[in-house]
Amino acid sequence: MGLLLIEQAFNGLQFGVMLFLIAAGLTLVFGIMDLVNLSHGSLVMVGAYLATTLIEWTGSFLLGILFALPATFLVGVVVEVLVLRTLYERDHLDQVLATFGLILFFNEVIRIVWGPASLYSGLPEGLSGHVEILPGVPYPTFRLMIILAGLLVAVLIYVIVAKTRLGMLIRAGASNREMAGALGVNIRMLFTLVFGLGASFAGLAGMMLGPLTSVEPGMGEPLLILSFVVIIIGGIGSIRGAFIASILVGLVDTLGRVFLPMLLRSMVADSTADGVGPALASMLIYILMAGILVIRPRGLFPARTG
Amino acid sequence: MSADKLWITWAGMALLALIPILIQVFELPVFYTEMFCRIMILALAAMSLDLILGFGGMVSFGHAVYLGIGSYTVGIFSFYEIDNGFIQFPATLVICGIFALLIGMMSLRTSGVYFIMITLAFAQMVFFLGISLEEFGGDDGMPVYRSEFGGWIDLNDPLSFYYFVFAILLLLLFLCHRIIHSRFGMVLQGCKSNEARMQALGFPTYRYKLAAFVISGMICGIAGALFANWNEFVSPAIMHWTRSGDLLIMVILGGMGTLFGPVLGTVLFLLLEEYLPEWMDALLFPGAGEHWMGVMGPLLILLVLFARGGIHSLLGRLRIRNG
Amino acid sequence: MNKKILGVLIVFGLVGSPLYAEKVKVGFMTTLSGPAGIIGKQMKHAFQLGLDHIGNAFGGMESSVIYGDDQRKPDVAKQLADKMVKKHQVHFVTGVIWSNLLVAIHGPVTRSNTFLVSANAGPSTVAGKRCSENFFNVSWQNDQTPEAMGKYLQDNGINNVYLMAPNYQAGKDMLAGVQRYYKRKISGKVFTKLGQKDFQAEISTLRASNPGAVFVFQPGGMGINFVKQYNQAGLMGSVPLYTAFTVDAVSLPALKGSAVGVLGTQTWSPDLDNPVNRRFVRDFRKKYGYIPSFYAAQSYDLVRFIDHAIRVAGGISDRDALRDAMRLGGYPSTRGNLRFNNNHFPIQNFYLREAVKDSDGSYTTKIIDTVFTDHGDNYAKDCRMKW
Repeated sequence: MGLLLIEQAFNGLQFGVMLFLIAAGLTLVFGIMDLVNLSHGSLVMVGAYLATTLIEWTGSFLLGILFALPATFLVGVVVEVLVLRTLYERDHLDQVLATFGLILFFNEVIRIVWGPASLYSGLPEGLSGHVEILPGVPYPTFRLMIILAGLLVAVLIYVIVAKTRLGMLIRAGASNREMAGALGVNIRMLFTLVFGLGASFAGLAGMMLGPLTSVEPGMGEPLLILSFVVIIIGGIGSIRGAFIASILVGLVDTLGRVFLPMLLRSMVADSTADGVGPALASMLIYILMAGILVIRPRGLFPARTG
Repeated sequence: MSADKLWITWAGMALLALIPILIQVFELPVFYTEMFCRIMILALAAMSLDLILGFGGMVSFGHAVYLGIGSYTVGIFSFYEIDNGFIQFPATLVICGIFALLIGMMSLRTSGVYFIMITLAFAQMVFFLGISLEEFGGDDGMPVYRSEFGGWIDLNDPLSFYYFVFAILLLLLFLCHRIIHSRFGMVLQGCKSNEARMQALGFPTYRYKLAAFVISGMICGIAGALFANWNEFVSPAIMHWTRSGDLLIMVILGGMGTLFGPVLGTVLFLLLEEYLPEWMDALLFPGAGEHWMGVMGPLLILLVLFARGGIHSLLGRLRIRNG
Repeated sequence: MNKKILGVLIVFGLVGSPLYAEKVKVGFMTTLSGPAGIIGKQMKHAFQLGLDHIGNAFGGMESSVIYGDDQRKPDVAKQLADKMVKKHQVHFVTGVIWSNLLVAIHGPVTRSNTFLVSANAGPSTVAGKRCSENFFNVSWQNDQTPEAMGKYLQDNGINNVYLMAPNYQAGKDMLAGVQRYYKRKISGKVFTKLGQKDFQAEISTLRASNPGAVFVFQPGGMGINFVKQYNQAGLMGSVPLYTAFTVDAVSLPALKGSAVGVLGTQTWSPDLDNPVNRRFVRDFRKKYGYIPSFYAAQSYDLVRFIDHAIRVAGGISDRDALRDAMRLGGYPSTRGNLRFNNNHFPIQNFYLREAVKDSDGSYTTKIIDTVFTDHGDNYAKDCRMKW
């Protein structure tokens, strides 16, 4: 049981790290630009599809991802310039509706270009094996890599935000946008840059999810909703909050999915427990969110002051 | 809603009343009567959303949850073979009222984007609750038999069902109209334009908003109960967050803050859903219709950017032009 | 203006709806989106090949086919079925991959006096008490294929089997089927979510229970993901996999070498030797360039089945004659001669198949043994239909 718990904790960590990649971009965009962007999940999908195709073209997993990252950045920039710029001054309802429309559009474009059925990509030999994280516990290498990559990106983001000039501008913008603008920061370019970065991170999550499972239209949507929960819990505009909340949500979801059915099996039939368990685990996350909002209405580490 | 715009409501309702007759005259399959019946049911849901969105300024991104709760109330009664509509419908009102009260109490303590997210979150919670109800089909849903009203009306007859829904829509439309034009409605609209001012004037805005939220939830629940009857099937899918998104679209498309606008919006939205694929197949190339969502997406963006007032405002401008 | 628009729209509807022509109308519903899309694609391809072979005319009559994508969602399937029956007024609603979808549409379609013919799903719930004279199944009943696997495991002394399937009607049927013939110790039994993509958590739990073997039912994309992740976790070598509907022509192109050697049971394999099947596999590979799966074979059989029935009955107007013709069986099937049980499910052979690499480098399955001959399903006795 102890070993199982540790292995499942790793699984939870892996899921949490992937959520963080998506939530990081989302919370920055939200925090700095005050923009509700429902289409962030679509960027996960775009990144995944671009990577799948580029991996096929270049024949190399690493090259594929290396090219797909800037490609996704570009897509993000284009979306920001063409559509999102018009939405900054609008109220949240308008943003919700317009970005909802973007989701529909992206899904259809993917469907037209790649077809509606799922695509499967393989992993390079070196990554499709397993590593013993503990004696007697072989863990898939690729998942380990995801955890490491995610943690690396987290450190990278922290360094950028806390130690660079750009980061300072980001923090200023997140804290009080008008003031930052009044102080002469090129807000327009900052926004575009931040959005592009967020898109790349989201795309990266998609690129790692693809080989793990598959890519299909709409694959980012379930993750999008969870990401919103994450940034609400973590506090809008806070990277630290997003990180802690992602890991929390990842662990609660994974451990809940595994251990709730076990708990329920002692009370109801097997198939009922296995059906109810995961659903209850999903509910747990929202209960967690509601609970946190009651104590801290602005999340755990809100960044906003103005 | 000024008097000269009321013509839209009268014209619209008159048309809806005539639809089954027209369908019989043109000898179209009864499928079309049923299609418009579904449109009316969802229009009722959209209208309930407009009550709090257009008049109260509350952006509820989880309104489809009441469609679900209403549906499941009827569904669960049906499962236990209690088909009496006189029990089911009042129960729906009570149960949806309770859910709306609980959700509203917690959500209305927040505002702005947090409100949007928390209503979404509660909707998701109930959605997953629905999936977890293995006894009642869970993810796969379960069949439902139409409600019995003790011989007064046979809901299994498409025509009777149509006019039953029509009557309910008319009644609730009238009710909402009265609410909006009452003192309560004035305060509500005041909350939308400037809540601080209303509070300064001494109004307990939280209570007004909560009351509106509950009424809205109950009306939407009735729509849900009707939907379960129409579909003869309930499943958690009706509570999926994209359904809540659809409701928002229907309200904006038709015209927010007009009460009848959402009805128009629902008609347009659902007719587009039904016919846009066929038109695309015909106008572009066969197979194009599959991708109708790719047209809906940009249409939605354009709507938000340029036609915020929806159909209702477009129609309204017509009348003024004609003198 | 509102009235004008509605008027125009009603006329459109009039133009769009079919009027009084004696045409055979068939609705074909599969999943074309998402992880199950690969199955639907194969079925649609096979259906179209079948149409080619019958000259696009069911029973020699003018025909039209309405294709639908149910997206593996029961509410969408129901809407689609309603539309096919009420708007397009089809004579047959066919296809249906998923048992939960079939259960959702079974009542409404059969009650509307339209024939429902399943080319895949065979849930136990419509095979027994709720059997309907308007429902036919040309594939198999869900329990049967895993029953064959259970028999194999039992007969070959394999102990401590861990059972896994998705949590819906077919998943429950599959595990019930295995346990009907496998009487040894079960190491664990787990239901996953239908459409689940990531099985890491379940694989970890599986490993912790130390099974001797694993029986798994994960159709379509779920199978690809499961076997892939099973491999990545290092279990493929140490804990053998026994499958039903998991390693087949749908998943092998993605799994490639990682699934070679895995055993499964099925009613059909591309190498099944009879004239109809040889022609089917040959023409399918020629037209589409890949090896068909049993989903495809069943869809092809569906076309031949309806075509044969209409010919024998001499038309589609007499539903009772049509039903009798369908009950007769004896249509040209890729599985040889099939006859129907009293519950309208087929009685057929079940084979043991192994995933292999072919001489031309493609990955496919080969029959290595026959487990059941002329096997009927467990629920026919509960069906009160007699004919």
